[in-house]
Amino acid sequence: MFNHLLSLVIWLPIVGAIPVLLAGAARPGLARWISLLVAVLTFVASLYLLPAYNATDSTMQLAESHVWIASLGVHYSLAVDGISIALILLTTFVGILVIAGAWQVIQDKPHQYMAAMLVLEGLMIGVFCATDALLFYVFFEAMLIPMFILIGVWGGPRRVYATLKFFIYTFFGSIFMLIGLIYLYLKAGTFDLHALAALPLTMKEQSWLFFAFLLAFAIKVPMVPVHTWLPDAHVEAPTGGSVVLAAVMLKVGTYGFLRFILPITPDAGDHYAWVVIVLSLVAIVYIGYVALVQEDMKKLVAYSSVAHMGFVTLGIFIAFMLVRGSGNLDAAKLGMQGAMVQMISHGFVSGAMFTCIGVMYDRMHTRLIKDYGGVINVMPWFGFFYVLFAMANSGLPGTSGFVGEFMVVLASFAANPWIALFAAFTLIIGAAYTLWMVKRVLWGDITNPHVREMEEINGREAFVLIAFAAAVLALGIWPQPLIHLMDASVSQLVQQLAVHKI
Amino acid sequence: MPTFNDILIMLPEFYLVAAACLLLLLDAWMKPEQRNILHWVSILVVLVAIYLVVAGQPDVAVTAFDGMFVRDAVAEILKVFALLCTALIFVFSRPYLADRKLFQGEFYTLMIFATIGAMLLVSAGNLVMVYLGLELLTLCSYGLVALNRDSRLSSEAAIKYFVLGALSSGMLLYGMSMVYGATGTLALAQLHGAVVHAGLDHLLVFGLIFMVVGISFKLGVAPFHMWIPDVYQGAPTAVTIFVGSTSKLAAFGMAYRLLESGMGGLAGQWQMMLAVLAVASLAIGNLVAIVQTNLKRLLAYSTISHMGYLLLGLVNAGPEGYASAMFYAISYALMSTAAFGVILALARAGFECEEIDDFKGLNQRSPWMAFLMMLAMFSLAGVPPMFGFFAKLLVLQAAIHAGMLWLAMVGVVFAIIGLYYYLRVVKVMYFDKPAEGLELRPQSDGFLRTMLSLNALVLLALGLYWGPLLGWCRAAFAG
Repeated sequence: MFNHLLSLVIWLPIVGAIPVLLAGAARPGLARWISLLVAVLTFVASLYLLPAYNATDSTMQLAESHVWIASLGVHYSLAVDGISIALILLTTFVGILVIAGAWQVIQDKPHQYMAAMLVLEGLMIGVFCATDALLFYVFFEAMLIPMFILIGVWGGPRRVYATLKFFIYTFFGSIFMLIGLIYLYLKAGTFDLHALAALPLTMKEQSWLFFAFLLAFAIKVPMVPVHTWLPDAHVEAPTGGSVVLAAVMLKVGTYGFLRFILPITPDAGDHYAWVVIVLSLVAIVYIGYVALVQEDMKKLVAYSSVAHMGFVTLGIFIAFMLVRGSGNLDAAKLGMQGAMVQMISHGFVSGAMFTCIGVMYDRMHTRLIKDYGGVINVMPWFGFFYVLFAMANSGLPGTSGFVGEFMVVLASFAANPWIALFAAFTLIIGAAYTLWMVKRVLWGDITNPHVREMEEINGREAFVLIAFAAAVLALGIWPQPLIHLMDASVSQLVQQLAVHKI
Repeated sequence: MPTFNDILIMLPEFYLVAAACLLLLLDAWMKPEQRNILHWVSILVVLVAIYLVVAGQPDVAVTAFDGMFVRDAVAEILKVFALLCTALIFVFSRPYLADRKLFQGEFYTLMIFATIGAMLLVSAGNLVMVYLGLELLTLCSYGLVALNRDSRLSSEAAIKYFVLGALSSGMLLYGMSMVYGATGTLALAQLHGAVVHAGLDHLLVFGLIFMVVGISFKLGVAPFHMWIPDVYQGAPTAVTIFVGSTSKLAAFGMAYRLLESGMGGLAGQWQMMLAVLAVASLAIGNLVAIVQTNLKRLLAYSTISHMGYLLLGLVNAGPEGYASAMFYAISYALMSTAAFGVILALARAGFECEEIDDFKGLNQRSPWMAFLMMLAMFSLAGVPPMFGFFAKLLVLQAAIHAGMLWLAMVGVVFAIIGLYYYLRVVKVMYFDKPAEGLELRPQSDGFLRTMLSLNALVLLALGLYWGPLLGWCRAAFAG
């Protein structure tokens, strides 16, 4: 039964979008229930990945391969390792929550909204499964279409600007990757990622390819200085769009680092690791300060996403320094593991933060911090969740936010204490901007009379927040299952770093 | 002496000539209110022609009439798609023509004769045949562009088209005469050998330049693109769609016949010319399209850029490059029928639906039409998983394989710029509120809607599974 499990998980939401669309504008209730059903079924199907996957084996598993384009030798080939499975589960989990979260919020053409969400979910899962570079690219780019529609149709006042910027910016990055992939194809005669990893390349070739890949994925992550599309996109996107964007779509960028830069251009990756490390530190420190001065809550969380994703890139590239520089494989593995945990954790925390902001926005129709104050007085339950997620966002031990950051800081210390020092700044800055926002929004006296009219969260919102809270706490208190799931794959990646290809 | 076999080889063309003449007679005998019969008979005629092309397909390339006419896999594929586009155009155009009192027999007859011209052109085995096919195609097109006699815009477009077209035909003929002077032969097969033998002969290269100019006019690549925007905008949409699909396929066929079948020995010369033309088209097409407000004009500039991409494939000058260019031509033809098809389906009497603003809020009025147009736009922009992306992928690959990495880079940079104006159309349809008092309902013709939907969905389907089509294209050039 596991032969086509990956295809099932990818195509179930995409095909499921068709009946949702057919339900039409006239029957929004039906469209909602069908999409929820599809999302739940996808989640259940993705859970089957866990028993089917052998976590002690580091190879890609559950492989499927069919000839796609015979005359080019392109295959529709899918396979997963522990890292992919963790990301797929994150995607399907968040998939349910965004559908539930949009239940009453989206009143304008809900069937189209739900359908776009489901298609997006399927395409993102496809990215995490593809082991053929062309297939990966197709999923990677196709993702832009539903997101473009989601932001453009259901977004805020400057949605057209934001969505065009989002689309063109990301398209710009990836099209140079396409040139790189064609170059590799002409050299290797295949798009198979495994074969491309084994292909010997000179330093010059690797450097060009490295920067082509870096551009594509750095924009997606996003890293400084190509992060400017993210705050715009987040601010204008509907809540669900922001949640998916932050929770899953950004991970596609870092996932690309793992699948392309690490195996295909390891020598260039090592040579230019300092570039990425410096950019990551800039993201962590400088963007943290930028977040501090934001007046718009969504923008603040968007910038904090950039800072947190800086930890992921830092963890990945610090591993280069450790393996090639001092040969410290254990610390390298720690850094890599930290990056992976941070990816998953940030998915939950940022998703939860955007959901919280969405809950307040639905009541007040403003995202400006100064319009709030004293929300805890009227929405105590909501306040509880908001504080919890804020703590996780600032990396409090016991929440998921702590685990990944701590591991990355430890690994950085082994490489260079100065790097660790800068990275550790986040504990202060992150706490500062998050808690200051909490102070201004939740605590204090009610100054805006509209705040007094805010209603406590309803059952549907509570369900979404509880689900996120459970994930954040579970990962923070007992991260071992996740680390175990990804352990063999991470070791494999670290060993790959040591392989010279010249 | 022509034998019966010669006629058999050219059966689809002979059949179409006879059928077109009969259609003309039928039209003369029929009452105006019975014209629907003519419409269906025309579609049937074209479908039977497709059948004849496919059924009579020879295993190896054969020639007829002493090498004047070549029937090989390249010609077969181009003919099938050219005929398919013509049939689609008939289906899409009927309500549009009826609304404008243009629903007459001439449209069908001229269209079929123009298609015959396209078929002869892609099958040409001799310079004279190239010229004959080309003239048949373009003369009919001039008439078609001027079909709406009362429209000043149409007449202006037709005159421009005619003058520039005549000029380009003259250039082409001039080039051919020089080539004839240098080699003493008009047959492409002999010419090929003579060119290889002659090497870098000045007269020959001079002739080549004029021929490239003629080809560029027909393809509409910059800087020989001046007629494209005016003709696209001025012609009735039912004719624009023909200029954008069937005749682009024919223009590719002509480029292949002249450049490879005839002047293949001088590939080193024309490769560089085409590369320069490609850069100019990509730049002019994509940059000027940004400021357009008329959708037909925007699509005209988009054509110019697309022909630039097609040249990226031709620049390769190898079987793989020709296959990718043919793949591109086919994909462009299908995208263009879909995009113009939506315009045709939304136009009404007195309302052309050709301004971009006319599409405001289309998703509110007619979500399905908006969806089809979105497929066409994303495909034209080259966003995966649409058909247009893979066509671009193949030509980029062909250019890189030919050692022109810089050209591929130029190609992708302009793809990003081009993305903007396609997205703008999607933006208008999906993100804007419909304008007051604007009636945006598609034509109620059920068959039209079905075929249009199929056409647009094929862009998605071929994006998901384009292996067989590429296989045919590659096989056609492999032999």
